[in-house]
Amino acid sequence: MNTIRKNDLLLIGLGIVVFAVLQGMMTEGLIGAFWKLNIFIICINIILSASLNLINGYTGQFSLGHAGFMAVGAYVGVVLTTNFHWPFLLALVAGGAAAALLGCLIGLPTLRLNGDYLAIATLGLGEIIRIVIMNIQYVGGAAGFTGIPHLTTFPWVFFVMLFTLIVVKNFVNSTHGRACIAIRENEIAAEAMGVNTTKYKVIAFTIGAAFAGVAGGLFAHCFYIINPSSFTFMQSFNYLIMVVMGGLGSLTGSIAGAFVVTFISAALASWPEFRMIIYALALILLMFYRPQGLFGYIELTQIGIIQRLKLKGGHK
Amino acid sequence: MAELLKTNHVSKMFGGLKAVSDFDVYINQGELIGLIGPNGAGKTTAFNLLTGVYQPTSGTITFDGKSLLGMKPYQITQHGIARTFQNIRLFSELSVLDNVKIAYHSHVKYGLLEAVFRMGRYFQEEQEVTEKSLELLKIFKLADKAYETAKNLPYGAQRRLEIARALAAQPKLLLLDEPAAGMNPQETQELMEMIRWIRSQFGLTILLIEHDMSLVMGICERIYVLEYGQIIAHGVPEEIKHNPDVIRAYLGGEA
Amino acid sequence: MDFASQFVQQLINGISLGSIYALIALGYTMIYGIIKLINFAHGDIYMVGAYIGFFAITMIHVSIVPALLISMVVTGLLGMLVERLAYKPLRQAPRISVLITAIGVSFFLEYTSMYFVSPTPRTFPAVFDNVSLHFGSFMVNGQQLLIFGITFILMVVLTYIVQKTKIGKAMRAVSFDVETAQLMGIDADRVISITFGIGSALAAAAGVLVGVYYNSIDPLMGIMPGLKAFVAAVLGGIGILPGAMAGGLILGVIEALVSGFISSTFRDAAAFAILILVLLFKPSGLLGKNTREKV
Ligand SMILES: Nc1ncnc2c1ncn2[C@@H]1O[C@H](COP(=O)(O)OP(=O)(O)OP(=O)(O)O)[C@@H](O)[C@H]1O
Ligand SMILES: [Mg+2]
Repeated sequence: MNTIRKNDLLLIGLGIVVFAVLQGMMTEGLIGAFWKLNIFIICINIILSASLNLINGYTGQFSLGHAGFMAVGAYVGVVLTTNFHWPFLLALVAGGAAAALLGCLIGLPTLRLNGDYLAIATLGLGEIIRIVIMNIQYVGGAAGFTGIPHLTTFPWVFFVMLFTLIVVKNFVNSTHGRACIAIRENEIAAEAMGVNTTKYKVIAFTIGAAFAGVAGGLFAHCFYIINPSSFTFMQSFNYLIMVVMGGLGSLTGSIAGAFVVTFISAALASWPEFRMIIYALALILLMFYRPQGLFGYIELTQIGIIQRLKLKGGHK
Repeated sequence: MAELLKTNHVSKMFGGLKAVSDFDVYINQGELIGLIGPNGAGKTTAFNLLTGVYQPTSGTITFDGKSLLGMKPYQITQHGIARTFQNIRLFSELSVLDNVKIAYHSHVKYGLLEAVFRMGRYFQEEQEVTEKSLELLKIFKLADKAYETAKNLPYGAQRRLEIARALAAQPKLLLLDEPAAGMNPQETQELMEMIRWIRSQFGLTILLIEHDMSLVMGICERIYVLEYGQIIAHGVPEEIKHNPDVIRAYLGGEA
Repeated sequence: MDFASQFVQQLINGISLGSIYALIALGYTMIYGIIKLINFAHGDIYMVGAYIGFFAITMIHVSIVPALLISMVVTGLLGMLVERLAYKPLRQAPRISVLITAIGVSFFLEYTSMYFVSPTPRTFPAVFDNVSLHFGSFMVNGQQLLIFGITFILMVVLTYIVQKTKIGKAMRAVSFDVETAQLMGIDADRVISITFGIGSALAAAAGVLVGVYYNSIDPLMGIMPGLKAFVAAVLGGIGILPGAMAGGLILGVIEALVSGFISSTFRDAAAFAILILVLLFKPSGLLGKNTREKV
């Protein structure tokens, strides 16, 4: 019990150190505008991949609609800050809540579908959300929403990311998270052990959608304009790639996946014609050599010393 | 003795196939009952009906004074019936300990917020669940494997883990679907002891499907025999052993 | 034009579009049926097919039918090559990894094509003069007739192959149960490879027909139709050939009607909405069987 608390504090401490170093480098001008924006995007993508991992990796429900929830959070957020001058925090929360509400409403009927049928249904729902936004003139339609205040700063993205990771980590290490993981492992057995599978699928889906909405709000306030074409199903694919590349059911993996994908695509930005080709090849090769992703079902804390100690304890 | 479970004319059709028909059984508090019958007789289907995996085509099921009709499997588990599966269904990528912890799910009281922010009852209840799970594992001789991945256990150990997991749901009635399948005679012998022991220790009522005749005859107080979905005999082991219908069903079925 | 004839006109347009979807959806469904892979690169195979047809007509100056055949053969071989290089090594890997690989292959095809043929759209040459048949107040143009004709022929041929030939029977056996099929002496790898070949050839035919129909092709042209074809396959019941044909036609007709009578901006949304509605009532698609896991 004490070790659990100690680990939490250790992670938060580590987070603050990373934050301080990066923030220091930014104020000293060691990190230019391009990489600064990309660090923002990495943090936002970590929120998205961790929340998608909760649905796909931990609960085992194949969702491809994450960009749609992100769009809802983004648009609700920018309308509240730009048109109604709400404080940023409240706008982010409202965006997350709107996405969560939608996630819950969508999840209830669709989560009965399994496997690939759920995937295409959620992909379709994500696209429907985007097309509906595209047809709302109040938010600028296909041309996009302009005049967004630039409210997203490094402390915002970093600490919201840290908060997301802590929430997801604590959730999956509780009886509620175990219920979700049980659904992934064997739905019939989970139900037989007293897990209300529908309820927990919807809970996972709703929490995932909520964080996607918050990430959308953070993303939108990095720019002067947002536009529905930033939230296509190709974006959902991107988050799925991060989750799978990092490793399903691993938060360490979500961090690694978001980092690697964002980093590769930023690093290749100066070779636009080869960028996607190299990215595609990297993706295929990674799946060849590590089909389970970088950290499939394993956390960094379980590797090396800690794991060895645990095993020693287990084997009398 | 109080009646715990009673079914009345329960039938289940799969398309044109009557997998179970007119299934009438009663089980009293604390009994250990066997359900036997040739392959395809409908034993597993009967379990699936009792646990809500399938809804009966007709008939009623009463458990502990309440009708189970229309209930979802998880609700029935929360009412006090837990089961194991003939084709093992462990949470195979998880540790042995986590397999058992999951089954405590409906008895844990802390809410989502307490879990996410690690407040209130979280730490205490988590600790309790872990301790109780480890204790159960000890009973089933799995304590030294608590941190191993479930799918890596030997077959017999997987079967024991299924029983341990079902017990963690704290049922009044435990349904065991061929718990000794694939075990060697010595393992089967140990399992029998274990089943007897947990019954008295936990004050359980048990309904057991089994092909191993010596096991069933050895520990069951009463036995129901199914053939083609119908109960063809019912009684104490001595009666069943000499019942001509049962002999015919078994010899005819396997000749 | 009064409502009735406008309706019929949209129906004709819808069936043309639907035929294209059906041709792509058949490949999707065959590949899914046999290795349970959502081959997200299938739409890009269709794009490559369109380009091969384009180059056959503009560079070696053949007419439409030989161009179509050349494109089908070359693209079919490309499909087999993709399977051999990208998917076969992952036969034992988790399904999601193969899916990610398929997305990778999709990006690879899109952006290598872009590199070689440039991102700007090409104008597909007119393959025949503007003939059109008028029936009262609506009309069927030559391109549409070509689409109907070719699609019909290809579907008949495909049905024949799957139902009557040895390889078709092997395909059905493998998609039913790979291990049993192998025990019966069927070379599953070869069957899978041929399935990719046939599926890709059908997509190539769709690509050439779309070039003829819309006159314009570009390296990203496969993304949306690929997705729609997948929707069509799921709508009909994935893994089922008649389901893919029906799903494609239904989707095409719905899209044409929505564009014609409501607004083309809602066309894609309508396709997805119909799919979701159908799945809520028939979770395995229109012709799919509801199989529950046996406990
Ligand atoms: N979900 C289902 N759909 C259709 N038929 C089923 C289903 N479940 C069981 N059956 C059929 O019902 C009959 C009884 O099956 P059941 O599994 O209950 O038999 P059993 O007595 O448990 O046999 P065994 O000793 O082999 O486990 C069999 O003919 C079986 O094929
Ligand atoms: Mg059985």
